[in-house]
Amino acid sequence: MSQPFAKLPAWADYGLLPLINLIVAFLVAGLVVLLVGESPIDAAVLMVKGAFGSGDGVGYTLYYATNFIFTGLCVAVAFHCGLFNIGGEGQAYIGGLGVTVVGLWLGNFLPWWLTFPIAIAASALVGALWALIPAWLQARRGSHIVITTIMFNFIAASIMVYLLVGALKPAGSQAPETRVFAEGGQLPGLGWLLELVGLSMRSAPLNVSFLLALIAAFLVWILIWRTKLGYEIRTMGFSPKAARYAGIGELRIIIITMMISGALAGMMALNPIMGAQHRMQLDFVAGAGFVGIAVALMGRSHPAGIVLAAILFGMLYQGGAEIAFDMPNISRDMIVIIQGLVILFAGALEHMFRPALQRIFHRLGREKNQSAAAVVAGGNR
Amino acid sequence: MDSFTTILQLFDSTIRLSAPLLLACLAGLYSERAGIFDIGLEGKMLAGAFAAGAVATWFGSAYLALLAAILVSVALGLVHGFASITHRGNQIVSGVAINFIAAGTTVILGQAWFSQGGRTPSLPNAARFNPINLPGAEAMRSVPVIGPVYSELISGHSVLVYLAFLLVPFTWWALYRTRFGLRLRAVGENPAAVDTAGISVPWLRYRAVICCGVLCGIAGAYLATAQGAGFVKDMTAGKGYIALAALIFAKWRPVQAMFACLLFGFLDAVGIRMQGHPLPLIGEVPVQFMQALPYILTVVLLAGFIGKAIPPKAGGVAYVKER
Repeated sequence: MSQPFAKLPAWADYGLLPLINLIVAFLVAGLVVLLVGESPIDAAVLMVKGAFGSGDGVGYTLYYATNFIFTGLCVAVAFHCGLFNIGGEGQAYIGGLGVTVVGLWLGNFLPWWLTFPIAIAASALVGALWALIPAWLQARRGSHIVITTIMFNFIAASIMVYLLVGALKPAGSQAPETRVFAEGGQLPGLGWLLELVGLSMRSAPLNVSFLLALIAAFLVWILIWRTKLGYEIRTMGFSPKAARYAGIGELRIIIITMMISGALAGMMALNPIMGAQHRMQLDFVAGAGFVGIAVALMGRSHPAGIVLAAILFGMLYQGGAEIAFDMPNISRDMIVIIQGLVILFAGALEHMFRPALQRIFHRLGREKNQSAAAVVAGGNR
Repeated sequence: MDSFTTILQLFDSTIRLSAPLLLACLAGLYSERAGIFDIGLEGKMLAGAFAAGAVATWFGSAYLALLAAILVSVALGLVHGFASITHRGNQIVSGVAINFIAAGTTVILGQAWFSQGGRTPSLPNAARFNPINLPGAEAMRSVPVIGPVYSELISGHSVLVYLAFLLVPFTWWALYRTRFGLRLRAVGENPAAVDTAGISVPWLRYRAVICCGVLCGIAGAYLATAQGAGFVKDMTAGKGYIALAALIFAKWRPVQAMFACLLFGFLDAVGIRMQGHPLPLIGEVPVQFMQALPYILTVVLLAGFIGKAIPPKAGGVAYVKER
């Protein structure tokens, strides 16, 4: 593509452009709110109040954000390699199996700080294995990873329904869920963290997996920008031809990247299962894998951006639940619309505002140059 | 009940279940043959179904409902086109976005307008596409073998089912025997050549996206006003993705697409029928396995174990005119 305009400064590229995309997405979402006969401004106020107005609100917001950090990182790592992993939903769902096995078994006799690392490893492993098959099919047989990961989402859902109404359900129970884990399978809450900033959390399920998510974000940053593997991943994403020419093994990189991606998605299962419900329920992922796509696109695939975008979506989730009390016409499905609009404007239409912005910056730059030239000319006289 | 009747009923529900798949699959065929990948079949179908359900409730006319479904679905198709043709955005990202927008909007508007938890009110028969009896169906019934096949299997579907199956030869003709079809296929394989011939690549692709929207709208209308009696939250339930799978299964060819959709429809029908009925030798097959089978088959196919599916060469790539 021809690029006639000046390169945008970094703050505009990573701050201003996502902000414009977000504002447009919210404006369109506001139209939908108008359409159902409510005031978008009231809705926004209610949402922010619901998300940050109380200790519990903040707790829930960060609890949801934990899910989205994991799934956002999952999508972002694959993006860096030029792969679109839509399978985060399925990988997280299957990852729940790893958590559940550890929680049901080791939770009986080990303390949480011993089960936690084992559950992390188990969920990551199961998630990674679920991503391995599409990765191998992409790298070896050339089948499109988008299609295979979508198919694997459905297959994962079928497997989990089968297990949850069958083998994993305690005898005599009707609900499709496992039994509640023993003490050792329950993660401690993070009430103390909120108390540090003067908030009290009573029922919100924020737990230590939030800290794990932040650590994971930091590790992903190191991986992508500070290691040889990350360099190879980015090279592959930037130009597969160049990567091949540089002797980077395509098969190896695709498989490793997708397994890391799947592992990140799998770890998401820790938060709702061990952290909040202390059991595995049907459809516990609840679309978080798909929210990850919006989060990764909005965060420009950078861990810092992803954490911020995840908190934003956590706010939407929690605030959306609060709005529903006052405005019964607006349910949490509003978030699905906003999520779709963010994906549309920050992802598919990312080039829409860029040329205009580049033109503005180009003009500003030229004026500055001209005035600088005038000053220089004046000085010479 | 003798086994002949059972088989007949099985095939009958196969036809009913594969009709929406076929419509969506052919929709995807037009779009993808023109080089525009469309993950958004699901969303367009869902939005179409909602529009059909709402309009049929308000005006009580199935044909107005069909029109509304087509309009809404085409509008979403144009959004996809605007993002992926005009602004050269990622087609898959755009399709995913459309699926979410449709999934959220249908529930929110459904709840706001009808207050029934995201569904539209149940439609009376007058506002639906009802089964039509083909001429002579009653008279033929007593004829052995052919009679029941004609009166049970072939006759007695809604007009949209016949439309879906008639669209197969039509699509074949349009794709392989018309100038539009030749150009459509060319723009999916080598847009630069089409451009060199002085034909507008974007306009051609927009037309393909519109065709796709029309067919997805019909599929949605079928779900809400023929198969069901009103819109139900998330009523497509992954049918758009199965249609996509069928399209790959059929290697982007119309007649094969029909067989793929019939196969997936048949699996669905068998799955529904087998609930609680153990099979000889195997025992009871879990419903979930039958539900997952189309997806498993597609993965196996994509892996190249049942012949190789080669997509249109320029699929998924935005065309940039050289300057």
